[in-house]
Amino acid sequence: MGRKLLLKDINVPGIKSFEVYRKMGGYASVEKALKTMTPDSVMEEVKKSGLRGRGGAGFPTGMKWSFLDRKSDKPRYLICNADESEPGTFKDRFLMEYLPHALIEGMIVSSFALGANTSYIYMRGEFRWIFPILEKAIEEARAAGFLGNNMLGTDYSLELYVHSGGGAYICGEETAQIESLEGKRGNPRNKPPFPAVVGLYGCPTVVNNVESIATVPHILNMGGDEYAKIGIGKSTGTKLISASGHINKPGVYEIELGLPVEEFIYSDEYCGGIWKGRKMKACVPGGSSVPILPTELMLKTAKGEPRLMSYESLSDGGFATGSMLGSGGFIVFDETACIVRNTWTYARFYHHESCGQCSPCREGTGWMEKVLHRIETGHGKMSDIDLLVDVAKKIEGNTICPLGDAAAWPVAAAVRHFREEFEYHVRYPEKVKDPKHFEKEPFVSEKKAVAA
Amino acid sequence: MTDRIQLGTMEQPQFSPAAMALVQKIIKRYPEGRHKSALLPILHIAQAEFGGWLSPSTMDYVASILNIKPIEVYEVASFYTMYNMRPVGKCVLEVCRTGPCALRGSDDIIEYLENKLGIKEGETTADGMFTLKAVECLASCGSAPMMQVGNHYIENLSVEKMDEVLDQLKTRHNVPNPDYGSPYPVSPENNG
Amino acid sequence: MAKVTIDGIEIEVADGTTILQAARQIGGEIVPPAMCYYSTLKNSGGKCRACLVKVAAGSAKDPRPMPKLVPSCITTVQDGMVVENITNPTVLETRKGVVEFLLLNHPLDCPICDQAGECDLQNFAYNHGVSKTRYEEERRTFEQHDIGDKIKLHMNRCILCYRCTYVADQLTDNRVHGVLNRGDHAEISTYIEKAIDNEFSGNMIDVCPVGALTDKTFRFKQRVWFTKPLDAHRDCPKCSGKVVLWTKGNDVLRVTARKDQYNEVKEFICNECRYDHKDMNDWVIEGPRHIERGSVISQNHYEKIDLVKLKADVERQLKFQEGKRLNEANNTPA
Repeated sequence: MGRKLLLKDINVPGIKSFEVYRKMGGYASVEKALKTMTPDSVMEEVKKSGLRGRGGAGFPTGMKWSFLDRKSDKPRYLICNADESEPGTFKDRFLMEYLPHALIEGMIVSSFALGANTSYIYMRGEFRWIFPILEKAIEEARAAGFLGNNMLGTDYSLELYVHSGGGAYICGEETAQIESLEGKRGNPRNKPPFPAVVGLYGCPTVVNNVESIATVPHILNMGGDEYAKIGIGKSTGTKLISASGHINKPGVYEIELGLPVEEFIYSDEYCGGIWKGRKMKACVPGGSSVPILPTELMLKTAKGEPRLMSYESLSDGGFATGSMLGSGGFIVFDETACIVRNTWTYARFYHHESCGQCSPCREGTGWMEKVLHRIETGHGKMSDIDLLVDVAKKIEGNTICPLGDAAAWPVAAAVRHFREEFEYHVRYPEKVKDPKHFEKEPFVSEKKAVAA
Repeated sequence: MTDRIQLGTMEQPQFSPAAMALVQKIIKRYPEGRHKSALLPILHIAQAEFGGWLSPSTMDYVASILNIKPIEVYEVASFYTMYNMRPVGKCVLEVCRTGPCALRGSDDIIEYLENKLGIKEGETTADGMFTLKAVECLASCGSAPMMQVGNHYIENLSVEKMDEVLDQLKTRHNVPNPDYGSPYPVSPENNG
Repeated sequence: MAKVTIDGIEIEVADGTTILQAARQIGGEIVPPAMCYYSTLKNSGGKCRACLVKVAAGSAKDPRPMPKLVPSCITTVQDGMVVENITNPTVLETRKGVVEFLLLNHPLDCPICDQAGECDLQNFAYNHGVSKTRYEEERRTFEQHDIGDKIKLHMNRCILCYRCTYVADQLTDNRVHGVLNRGDHAEISTYIEKAIDNEFSGNMIDVCPVGALTDKTFRFKQRVWFTKPLDAHRDCPKCSGKVVLWTKGNDVLRVTARKDQYNEVKEFICNECRYDHKDMNDWVIEGPRHIERGSVISQNHYEKIDLVKLKADVERQLKFQEGKRLNEANNTPA
């Protein structure tokens, strides 16, 4: 059993309510921070904890906070990024739905650290039923004196609101989210300036993921140094992993970073192995945007070391043989899955979600989708495979926001590791006419057969 | 894409006092002069109150409440997928089609619904009961395949279960003012 | 002041100057192309990615290179910055990609497009692109919408630079058009049937880099290179009254604002000057208009032609075309 922090009380009956949450030790961090600490010392603890952003990029949270322009006389804002839309990721929804006070508590101490007096939780609009849950939690916290003016008798005041998105993946990108919160189209801004200097309403702003914020109270309660002892190396603490795809037990799991991937997939405590007694073919470990890896590279690095669930281990080998922890959206594919078809559905997703502002993403995502669809349905040419790689290359790094990269990486990685499968689609168009081609007859590598 | 809708044939909508009170409460959540921030939330309320979609007169009405130009509302509403720019059926089935759901059979669900309802994805049944939409990831990959109907996620779908699910939905939504769902439900308590 | 080096040429510019503006101060071949940036429109730029350049050294203080290519139109220079534009192969390759992306769904209907001959996209594609596309799919089309009796909107040609929306926001007090929908379905539209009509709306035509917004009063009248542009002015209470008359014989076929060598209008004009004074007698003629850019027009110009320079230009272009063939990997037969 790994260490549990965020989900330690998940099975306590009534944990959604303020009383039970409080009885279990909730809001202790607020009392500690407001009464015994300064904003700077809170930030110091978060820095010491080594907490890295749980939304996907893995940027150290404490460092992000330290970039906030404190010299400006404008108000400062904290926005909680609850726009969880990365395919394969559903941990934030789980957390907010079942542990709403964990997020509220985190928002209060984080806002205190940043000196924000108004903070927003930007939640994707589709989570319609969670809005009343969070609003109720906010009201309960306010009634208990944990929100509002002069909280707990100090001179710190905070208002916290939930704001709804309207259905757009791109609003998970922080500058698009700020635009959207200002009531505009979710078009990402060019950076610099960064939100820490020019953010919401032109004011210094920090945008943090739900899980990052919900982790802060635990860091304050145990101390940053103590938190940093959990996990492995620079991957400190615990992480929520959303497990989905062809596994026996899909769901949200809290793991201690450093857990071997093999254990995570096959242990009954977590995914419980591949469904229907099948073999695993591939895995996307960090949400649809990160590179897909074939089983052998997923379980072991190119150096032959066991792959661990950590920022460093999952990216070991760079994109040539590695991937990323990303948002922790862990999608497993069994031997009947068609990599081309899967890549196409992701390409369709990015095409659908591109905001349309900059040319490489607006035009390139649709192009990749169309070419992939052609290959998948047996109308592709061999040259299309290199074309995909080239288009991905021309998008990557050349767009305003990371959506371009997120669209390009999965395509490039799929071709990198499963080129033979793409070639198979071109070579045997009649065999791939049926969308379920590999369910009837799993793909077998001819190259590997020859080698063996 | 946006084929023209003529104005003038539709009556000017008006929020109920309870809905208006909620709208005013939400506007106050944003700093002075930043009331445009309330646009997305108010559009959700408007859509739920005025028949599940945003007609040009609904959007013009929202623009007048926030004192912004109508084009600013059109630009925003058409950007986000939750806002229906066309009339919809009493029950909108939003089936997730993205990767993890596709791995566990969302294509079969969509195909089944298309055949069962006799419509294509994006269309509404002739009796105005169901609209079928294929949507992108709804963050419920662990219970794939799934779909959203209003405020509810219906998870772990299978073709076998679909008939029963449809029957239940029909009973619940075949009423004069079906619940289209909203992050900001209007309740009498909001009044005041 | 900041000292910046662009393609090996050093220049000192005021703090806060963008890389693109610094390059324009140097001038010539090293100026990055711009399809969405417009110096007289606030917030423009950063979208088309045509002007991406490599920053090989961030500043004297921090000489590390920037990891990604940066949009030169909105990136400000730092003292000691070293920029590579036409000297960097990655930049040129990326720019070829941007041309390909912008042309992907473009109808390429230049033979029937009024913008032909003064089109930024034509120039951009000719100067920076390859002469073939790898796109085989059907091109995207939009329904035609009427936005009034003066401006023709041809959405299929639009590259979504957003310039026309900035004109409406910054020059007029009631914007009725905008960008609707998203992704590759995004379009310029009024949403409900509505005419764009106010005193400065005609400037949308001048800022449009392509043929998406053209002057209905000039529609199909004449190819621009067969007209004679004249600088002219009149006393106008609403605007500067400084215009270019595009004439044929004694007929004024079209009135536009004056564009500089980068096709930018510095002084916008009112609709009255643009549409209601198509009579030579209404204007004080200053003389022939010098057209620097807009390759086709300048090639067929009636000003005195410098034959030596023309010959050098043609030779340079031929040599340039020679090096522009697609490499073999990309050139597999269909």
